Amino acid sequence: MFDIKYTYAVARLRALENHLFSAAVLEQLMACQDEAGCLSLLQEKGWGDPNEKQDADQMLARETEKIWETIESMHVDMSVFDVLRYPDEYQNLKAAIKEICREGHHPGIYIEGTSLSGEELEKILREKEYYRLPEHMQAAAKEAYEKLLHTQDGQLCDIILDKACLAAIREAGKKSGEKLIENYAEDTVAIANIKIAVRSQKTGKSADFMKRAMAPCKNISVDALAHAAAGGFNSICDYLSTAGYGECAERLKESPSAFERWCDDRIIQTIKPQKYEVASVGPLFAYVLARENEIKTVRIILSGKASKLPDEKIRERIREMYV
Amino acid sequence: MSLGIVFALLGAASAVFLAGMGSAIGVGVAGQAASGVVTEDPNKFAKVLIMQLLPGTQGIYGLLVGFITLAKIGLLGGSMAALDPMTGLLILGGCLPIGIVGLVSGKYQGMTSAAAIGIVAKREDQFGKAMLFPAMVETYAILALLTSVLVITNVPV
Repeated sequence: MFDIKYTYAVARLRALENHLFSAAVLEQLMACQDEAGCLSLLQEKGWGDPNEKQDADQMLARETEKIWETIESMHVDMSVFDVLRYPDEYQNLKAAIKEICREGHHPGIYIEGTSLSGEELEKILREKEYYRLPEHMQAAAKEAYEKLLHTQDGQLCDIILDKACLAAIREAGKKSGEKLIENYAEDTVAIANIKIAVRSQKTGKSADFMKRAMAPCKNISVDALAHAAAGGFNSICDYLSTAGYGECAERLKESPSAFERWCDDRIIQTIKPQKYEVASVGPLFAYVLARENEIKTVRIILSGKASKLPDEKIRERIREMYV
Repeated sequence: MSLGIVFALLGAASAVFLAGMGSAIGVGVAGQAASGVVTEDPNKFAKVLIMQLLPGTQGIYGLLVGFITLAKIGLLGGSMAALDPMTGLLILGGCLPIGIVGLVSGKYQGMTSAAAIGIVAKREDQFGKAMLFPAMVETYAILALLTSVLVITNVPV
C-alpha cells in the first residue's frame, strides 16, 4: 500500500534507522567493563542529552521522550499510536486514584507526556467529573475509584484498570484499520492474558479471579485459559500449545526471563517486514516499537552491569534487534 | 477558425496538461521522500535531488509534443493551416499517448523514486542500483513520446 501522506515520514525514518542499534552495537556495550563505560559509549552514540552528564535512568527516559518528539515532528495522525500510549495513560490513572484514596502526596509518580497530566487526573477524580476522561476510561475509572475507596483493595483497583486498558488497546487496534497495529493489539492482549494466567496460577488465584482480570481477545479463549491455569502450570502450557502458542509454552517451561524475551522477540519478528514498506503507517509504528525494544535491551544491559551479573546471564535477556 | 484546428489544439493541450500533471504528482511524491531524508541527513541532498528529478521528464516530453503540434499546424509561424476535422482528430489522437502515459508513468515513477530514496537513505553506496528502478518506468514514457512524435509528424497537413 502506498499512502502518500506517509512518504515524508517513512523516508525520514529510513535515515533514522541507520542509528538504531544492531546486534554488533549491543556486543560493544557488552564488552564495556561496567555501567559507567556503557553510559559513556551510549553518550558517544548520541544517547541522552549531549550537554549534560546523565545517569542511566535519566538517559533512558530522555531517549523515550525523543521517540515521541521525532514522531510528533512528522505531523502524522497520532491516533494510530493510541495502542502504544494507553498503558501510560492507565498507569497515571491508577497512580492518581491511589494518590487520592490514600491521601498522600508522592512526587514523581506520574509518567510525563500523557494526554492528561497527573494533576488534571487528580482534579477530575476529586470532582467526580469522569466525563472529562477519554470515553474508554470513564466507566473503569469510576468503578476502580469507588472500589478502592470502599474496600481499600489496591489489587482489585489494578485489575479493573488493567482490563480496561487491554480492552482499549484492542479497540484502538481494530479502529486503526492497519493490519500490523490490529495484530499487535491482539497479541498484546493475548500475552497479557497469558502473564495473568501464569502469575495467578503461581499465587493460587481462582479461575473466577483470572476471568475478571483477563480481557477478551481473538487468539486465546479467556474461559479456557483461566480453567487451564486453575488446573496447574502444565495445563496452561498444554492449552497454549493447542491455541497456536506452542513456542510460548516452551519458553514458559524454560524460565520466566526466556518467556519475557520471547514476548519481545515475537513483536520484533512481526514488525520486521515493515523495513520494506515504502509509504504507510506501518514503518512508523515499527520504528516506535523498535526504539522501545532497543531502550529496554540497553536497560537490561545497564542494570546487569550495575549489579555485576555474569555476561552470560545478561546475554540470556538480550532482545532481538529490528535492524 | 476550423474545427480541425480546435481538435489539434485540444491535442496539444492534453499532451502538455496530462503529462505535466503526471510529473507534478511524481516530483511531489519523490520530493516529500527527499525532504524526509534531508531532514535527518543533509549530506544526501544531491543524490536524493537526482531521484526527485526523474519523474520530471514526462512534463518535458508533453511540452515537446505540444510544441511539435503547434509547429505542425502553423501556429508558431503565424500562418495557421486550414485543417479538416479528420486531420485535427488524427493530431489529437497522436497527442494522447504522451498525455495519458505521461500522467500514469509520472505518478508511478514518483512512487518508485520515493522507494529508491529509501534505499539511498539506508545505503548510500547503492545509489546507482537504486536509480535504475525509477529509470525503468521512464522506458514507457519514452515509447509514448516516440509514438506521439511519429504520428504528429507523419499526419499530412
